[in-house]
Amino acid sequence: MSDLAIEREIDRTKMSVSDEVAIQITGMNKWYGQFHVLRDINLTVNRGERIVIAGPSGSGKSTMIRCLNALEEHQEGQIIVDGTELTSDLKNIDKIRSEVGMCFQHFNLFPHLTILENCTLAPIWVRKMPKKEAEDLAMHFLEKVKIPDQANKYPGMLSGGQQQRVAIARSLCMKPRIMLFDEPTSALDPEMIKEVLDTMIELAEEGMTMLCVTHEMGFARQVANRVIFMADGQIVEQNEPEEFFNNPQSDRTKQFLSQILGH
Amino acid sequence: MSTLTDPPKDSFRLSMLINDTRYRSLTFQALAFLALALSFMYLGNNLIANLRAAGLNINFGFLTDTAGYDISQKLVEYSNQDSHSRAAFVGLLNTILVAVLACVTATVFGVIAGVLRLSNNWLVSKLMAFYVEIFRNIPVLIWIIIIFTIMTAVMPAPRAFRGDNATATMVFDAFAFTNRGIYTPLPWFANGIFESQALNWLLVLVVACGSWFAARRVNVWATAKQEATGERPNTLPMLLGIWLAPFLILMLIMGLTWEYPALKGFNFQGGIKIGGPLIALWFALSIYTGAFIAENVRAGIQAVSKGQTEAAAALGLRPSKVMNLVVLPQALRIIIPPLISQYLNITKNSSLAIAVGYADITATLGGITLNQTGRAIECVLLLMAFYLTASLLISLVMNVYNASVKLKER
Ligand SMILES: Nc1ncnc2c1ncn2[C@@H]1O[C@H](COP(=O)(O)OP(=O)(O)OP(=O)(O)O)[C@@H](O)[C@H]1O
Ligand SMILES: [Mg+2]
Repeated sequence: MSDLAIEREIDRTKMSVSDEVAIQITGMNKWYGQFHVLRDINLTVNRGERIVIAGPSGSGKSTMIRCLNALEEHQEGQIIVDGTELTSDLKNIDKIRSEVGMCFQHFNLFPHLTILENCTLAPIWVRKMPKKEAEDLAMHFLEKVKIPDQANKYPGMLSGGQQQRVAIARSLCMKPRIMLFDEPTSALDPEMIKEVLDTMIELAEEGMTMLCVTHEMGFARQVANRVIFMADGQIVEQNEPEEFFNNPQSDRTKQFLSQILGH
Repeated sequence: MSTLTDPPKDSFRLSMLINDTRYRSLTFQALAFLALALSFMYLGNNLIANLRAAGLNINFGFLTDTAGYDISQKLVEYSNQDSHSRAAFVGLLNTILVAVLACVTATVFGVIAGVLRLSNNWLVSKLMAFYVEIFRNIPVLIWIIIIFTIMTAVMPAPRAFRGDNATATMVFDAFAFTNRGIYTPLPWFANGIFESQALNWLLVLVVACGSWFAARRVNVWATAKQEATGERPNTLPMLLGIWLAPFLILMLIMGLTWEYPALKGFNFQGGIKIGGPLIALWFALSIYTGAFIAENVRAGIQAVSKGQTEAAAALGLRPSKVMNLVVLPQALRIIIPPLISQYLNITKNSSLAIAVGYADITATLGGITLNQTGRAIECVLLLMAFYLTASLLISLVMNVYNASVKLKER
């Protein structure tokens, strides 16, 4: 949770945000049985935007971003991802999933496949790519996350940080236009947090649209162009990072910030 | 000053056999082995000495004597004039028959029930839970007897099929369900390539193996094609052709004909008779063991974490691909080891055949032959040798299969 995790200068000039809308959520509501998890969520994300989502545990952050690629179903409201509306139509779900990458807190690499096979699985079976081409693509992204030499190992032989970088490479192999991260660094030791955040910053510098649930406030400050604060299933406040941290509006936000920055 | 940093040269002391981790386990293994060998020597000597004192000796000569008893369910020719060894062989084949049949159907029941128990459909999953709990919690012997009793009590006797106003009729004029068993048509070859029907069937088996190899080649080709172009060709028509065409042609050439069972006198003649005891044993072993296998299958699938399915889905893989490429390869590794012991259980539990008079090896060699000849030790030794060999063979085959799907590295 310190700014120390990021050492190098970040080139914000390359991180341009276009006017094009990448994700549009309007009036979204979701229930788990009787429990109202998400209440009237409205959010527009432009192409190239980096959004950090923060909030106390149980506030619905994971649920919200999991709705964006239909890992969870929403009951009310409209979600449009990359021009496709998320309905129960399988075609739309397939289209959105192949354009939205996701990284999980516990990496979820496939333990029975090598690192390379983890990366080529989806390109081969979803994109119908020839194996050689898929492997070249996978090696390209493994080089990008700086672990090409581990390609033939199995996930269990890698450190947590390396595994998370493989998970990022695995998503990138599908050439997604949007990346979702759900607490990608919370299962990692401080040293490994840095290597994963570095990879994510590089992605940001290339103009990837990113939604990231994280408690890394250093990352939020330096990379995000908007921080969204959620509590009790609602978006309570959203602002540019500087404003958000220095001048929080609601009491709920102030309380949260004092807890996580204060200690 | 290197002498100071050198590790101290340890001289061997006797106490190290107990206290040193390097020798400790070896010491205990040697002691255990010694104790085991001594007790076996003692028991063996004791047995031989006692037998000698009673004027008995171990002699397998009785096996060539005339058996003198009939066996109704048999896979090979046998009459009561044949020897005890022939009777034992008939029993051995019967044991293998029911064990193989039950292993196949128990696996089918188990996989279906295990997968359906995870279904989102409330009724289906509860029904499967009910099946599992009912069947695995009542001893298999009871199931065998229940099913046998129901069959003999409910099904009509063969004579019910006779006369102008018969109370029972054959299904499609081909199948007769009676209280003695089920009679079905028998396929045979009118102008087979070989004189013996058995050799003709062997030929069919050889052709089937050929088809299997060809089908594997097609799969290899499809994979290569997919690796080169990305698109996996649709192999279904080709596979159908490979499996069906040679089979059908062979059947046509050899003139496949059906011998239908027909009522002659008090009983049905011709066709295949699947005796009531075999059906009861087969069905009981299948549903009973199937309930255990269902639990193994369910546990195996559930052991693959939800995160795996989610990660695969998030990459855009369809549910069937997620199952085949991600969940099953991981679940199989968990399912197969307990499956081995279920197959062993079926084989050993098939000896309960004696309860309904199915002539398996325990009923022939370990039952009638033993009682007639009084050669208890010889018969039991042979039985033990058979079950041990069969079990070890099953273990071996399944372990080889298990090794082929095992996780390489973790
Ligand atoms: N499958 C489910 N069934 C019922 N309730 C659920 C389910 N999944 C999550 N919840 C509830 O929904 C609420 C929001 O969960 P969510 O995982 O989105 O929180 P979060 O903000 O990501 O929290 P954390 O920071 O701990 O990850 C929680 O109160 C949780 O208990
Ligand atoms: Mg969460």
